[in-house]
Amino acid sequence: MPLIKDNAFVENTFAHVADEETLPEGAIVVSLKRFQAEREMLLARNTPLGLRLTSDQSPEALGPDVYHFAVIELEFPKFKDGRGYSWARQLRQRMGYKGELRAVGEVLRDQWLFMHRVGIDAFEVRPGTRIEDFRAAMAEQTVFYQPASDRVRNVLDLRHSRPARIAAE
Amino acid sequence: MYRYDEFDQKLVDERVAQFRGQVARRLSGELNEEEFKPLRLMNGLYLQLHAYMLRVAIPYGTLSSRQLKMLAHIARKYDKDYAHFTTRQNLQYNWPKLADVPDILADLATVEMHAIQTSGNCIRNVTSDHFAGAAADEVDDPRIWSEIIRQWSTFHPEFSYLPRKFKIAVTAAPKDRAAIKVHDIGIIIRRDPSGALAFDVYVGGGQGRTPLIGHLIGEGIAAADLLAYLEATMRVYNQYGRRDNLYKSRIKILVHQIGADEMRRQVAAEFAEVKQHGALALPQAEIDRINAYFLDPAFEKLAEEDLTAQRKTKAFAAWLDTNVAKHKAAGYAIVTVSLKPIGGIPGDANADQMDLVADLAQRLSFDEIRVSHEQNLVLAHVRQRDLFGLWQALDKANLATANYALITDIIACPGLDYCDLANARSINIAQALSQRFADLDRQRNIGELKLKISGCINACGHHHVGHIGILGVDKKGVEYYQISLGGSGAEDASVGEILGPAFGEADVPDAIEKLIDTYLAARQPGERFLDTYRRLGIQPFREKLYAAH
Repeated sequence: MPLIKDNAFVENTFAHVADEETLPEGAIVVSLKRFQAEREMLLARNTPLGLRLTSDQSPEALGPDVYHFAVIELEFPKFKDGRGYSWARQLRQRMGYKGELRAVGEVLRDQWLFMHRVGIDAFEVRPGTRIEDFRAAMAEQTVFYQPASDRVRNVLDLRHSRPARIAAE
Repeated sequence: MYRYDEFDQKLVDERVAQFRGQVARRLSGELNEEEFKPLRLMNGLYLQLHAYMLRVAIPYGTLSSRQLKMLAHIARKYDKDYAHFTTRQNLQYNWPKLADVPDILADLATVEMHAIQTSGNCIRNVTSDHFAGAAADEVDDPRIWSEIIRQWSTFHPEFSYLPRKFKIAVTAAPKDRAAIKVHDIGIIIRRDPSGALAFDVYVGGGQGRTPLIGHLIGEGIAAADLLAYLEATMRVYNQYGRRDNLYKSRIKILVHQIGADEMRRQVAAEFAEVKQHGALALPQAEIDRINAYFLDPAFEKLAEEDLTAQRKTKAFAAWLDTNVAKHKAAGYAIVTVSLKPIGGIPGDANADQMDLVADLAQRLSFDEIRVSHEQNLVLAHVRQRDLFGLWQALDKANLATANYALITDIIACPGLDYCDLANARSINIAQALSQRFADLDRQRNIGELKLKISGCINACGHHHVGHIGILGVDKKGVEYYQISLGGSGAEDASVGEILGPAFGEADVPDAIEKLIDTYLAARQPGERFLDTYRRLGIQPFREKLYAAH
């Protein structure tokens, strides 16, 4: 799947490894189950580690382990399953996660902007997606009423001439 | 009332452009219907039985004359000359063409209106007391807080793909005219002993398949923390509300399953986190800014008007007694414009009627109209000396039926005449009952009676909270109607109890009449139908109704 980050296509340097698969060299993404089962060994590897959370897995259980991950993937099995938006905010706001937060699964044009607002900064998109579409979708709305986990000045900030209130910090 | 500033206007204008693009992508085939569906739903566009239906948001039911005139204009230009006011204080057009919808939304945007979040699994249009700002019993204007919630919830990035739709209602009076306890979140604003505003947050009420009364989850929340508390509640719901079963995915099921205490604990923990970050704390400057839009209009210093002479016109006297309520300012009155003519379709108004009400509001009620969740219109600030002339003008347009809160002031959903979820028609039953009880003297003798009809279990017609509720069901392709008694959506909220086997369409009026006769024979002085029912229980009604069967 093509990966978009910082408004451009980027190469996905992480290999997604299924639970029963042998671990390859280099950067990998594993499931929560595998991470919990092989935690010591995975942390001892001297390569970037990623974690994939399904939409029913709260990141809360990770605790301080969250800092070990270079990438956390949030799975959207259906675009209508919006749990990932709250997990993203929890990771950014409550848990202080600063690494890459990647949306995977059914990640469609009309959800990209909201995903970005809750702190997701990488998007696995459908093959055939054009970068112009991504940029256009991200620019469709420029007025935001509420603080979230992005860095925009929301309407309250603008109305009352104050700097952005970033919920992430 | 609230007016858009540059930010509000830009947000709505951008939305129109965005939806125009989405419609173009649908018409060109780039989007299939499954992909387009959630997008159109976020803009209030449903696909009904016969056509698209566009639901326009009327935030907390408040409209200016200019806005109501635009709604009339759209009905003429793009629809069949009429529209339908809903139990969520919104307005529905039943026959728009998909290709016209971007233009309709553009027209709406010119009068600071939109169709954002009138459907979809997001936070819907916030509803409130239709007597707000005019009622003597309120501690603050609930529309200030409804507007604050409207802005916070609009395009909330985290809460646009919830397990299910989410409805918030706000009242600031001890008499609950907004049915707050049967909403996902219901807010009662009161003053604490120090005089500061305090917000009691009820969570997990609702109607539909599983009617439940909301639990007091947040007690005495401070004004500055209101949004933080709501965000915390929504986050708990978004994370843990069920998504495996459409019928178990409302927040009421979550509260019911984990219990009110556990819900309170989880929300409190999340609230502490959200509050700590501080980003959602409401600045006093913003509260003041919005408050300024809802200051009292410039009421004249008037004495109470003596209307003895005009009362000689019997029909006017009847209207005065039922449709006119006490106003907080001397010499003023609150007028309910009935959209329930005898034999009519509850909540429907044609374009000419909308224009007339807009003109009357402009001349006689500080340019403001309210839509009530009971599907009537309200002119909230009318000088008592203008009442007779107003009544004459309304009467000519068939808008002065003197039946507010009486048995023919029926709430009904569109039912199987329009809705593809419906199992049975509702409008036919409303019309038949309205005709059966047409006599106004008889209606007044019966007294306050909330009769509510839904054409399916989703309960858009609020039948669970009707003093008498009627639910349309389908039995092997034939419409039947199940009757329940004793519901209330008011401060004494309760869910009605089912009487017994359902009735065929033709038998409903006789059945309701028997229930009314039973009440009239048993009532004690001063009792409404609901009071007699609560005193006696369901048994005497059940016996009378099914004895002959």
